Amino acid sequence: MHWVWVYAIGCMVFSGWEIYNASPSLPFSFPSWTGLGGWLGGALAWHFSAMWLLALDGMAYLVYGLLSGHFRRELAVPAPRAFFRDFWSALRFRLGHRIGHYNAVQRVLYLGVIGGVVLQVLTGLAIWKPVQLGLLATLFGGYPIARNIHLAMMFLIVAFIVVHLALVAIFPRTLVSMIVSRPAEPENRT
Amino acid sequence: MKEPRRLPAVRIQDIRPELLRLERRALLRSALSLGGLALLTGCDLSTNSGVDAALKSILRFDDKVQAALFSGRRLAQSYPPSAVTKPFRFNAYYEEWQVRGIPDGWRLEVAGAVVSKTPWTMAALRRLPQVEQITRHICIEGWSQIGRWSGVPLRDFLQRIGADLRAPFVSFKCFDGYSTSIDMASALHPQTVLALDFDGQPLAPEWGAPVRLRIPTKLGFKSAKNLQAIEVTRTYPGGFWENQGYDWFAGV
Repeated sequence: MHWVWVYAIGCMVFSGWEIYNASPSLPFSFPSWTGLGGWLGGALAWHFSAMWLLALDGMAYLVYGLLSGHFRRELAVPAPRAFFRDFWSALRFRLGHRIGHYNAVQRVLYLGVIGGVVLQVLTGLAIWKPVQLGLLATLFGGYPIARNIHLAMMFLIVAFIVVHLALVAIFPRTLVSMIVSRPAEPENRT
Repeated sequence: MKEPRRLPAVRIQDIRPELLRLERRALLRSALSLGGLALLTGCDLSTNSGVDAALKSILRFDDKVQAALFSGRRLAQSYPPSAVTKPFRFNAYYEEWQVRGIPDGWRLEVAGAVVSKTPWTMAALRRLPQVEQITRHICIEGWSQIGRWSGVPLRDFLQRIGADLRAPFVSFKCFDGYSTSIDMASALHPQTVLALDFDGQPLAPEWGAPVRLRIPTKLGFKSAKNLQAIEVTRTYPGGFWENQGYDWFAGV
């Protein structure tokens, strides 16, 4: 499931950059070699193809998370104090990592990125169909604002991926559990 | 004499560091080609590769989804006159200095599955009932602007020329070399008009003189300017951008 995410989000982000470059709303463009699709039409084809993969994978993840109790057990919103405690130890590289369990910082980041992707899908629908899904577009303040939120969410998701990759690089043993299934380590281990 | 022959020419412990290095390099290379997506950036709908074929068939599926989402009664949002974008942005497949003037003896031609194929003069079009709209024009590039257009509802026009309203396509040919086509359901939408005026004035050449299509339920490239001919047809007509890979339905 995770590797389908990698592929789908990769396609969405890189084709999204190519689409953005067709008419940049901020005073910069993404380097053209990072774009997927070669030109606006190709990029849109990638974007509107990968969206189905993203939607299917996202739906499967949400259903799994709700039914298996994964969200309830591992993604409950932590108490602010727990967050600051873990955040402080993370900054000093003293935060332990137990495979199969999320610390408070991870919970906040994962909840944030799940929320970000949901918002990204909703604003995406709003700017894809601002007339047929007019209510959704109005909810986000109309087409131009929804488009800017869509861009801002992309930056947040990409920022999450950068942090996520940096942390995997720091704790390489987590990579093993992403490739082969491994049992969760016991909670009391420190 | 036997001893030297038994010895292998290369012993594994001698080349272990070299083997490890090669193994690591191979792993790195496969990781790059997997994650880099670099191989796929060549897939831009211009080739006959399997990936391009897959993309095109998904676009056709998307067209069906878009047609299903479309409602003939749902209106694009209307805006007050104060919301009109000024200055209004010019857009075409060519630069503004290449805009064509109206050809001498211009008539709007009608063809295909219609009863009356008499070409229309500007005066005849002006005599038909007109409607005005202030709506958002959304470009496929992402930018958008609000404009004020008025003209003849395409539905009224099609009924007047006795068009077969069960034909699936309405195609538009322009005298600047542009072309596009839309589905019949969108052609009959109340906000789909043959615009004669822009911002209270007869259309200037850069805004599509003398007649343009204005269809706020589709992306901007469907609102063809400088119309020459309208055809009601049962065969898929394509269009200038559609033939290069923009999705055909292009609804918003």
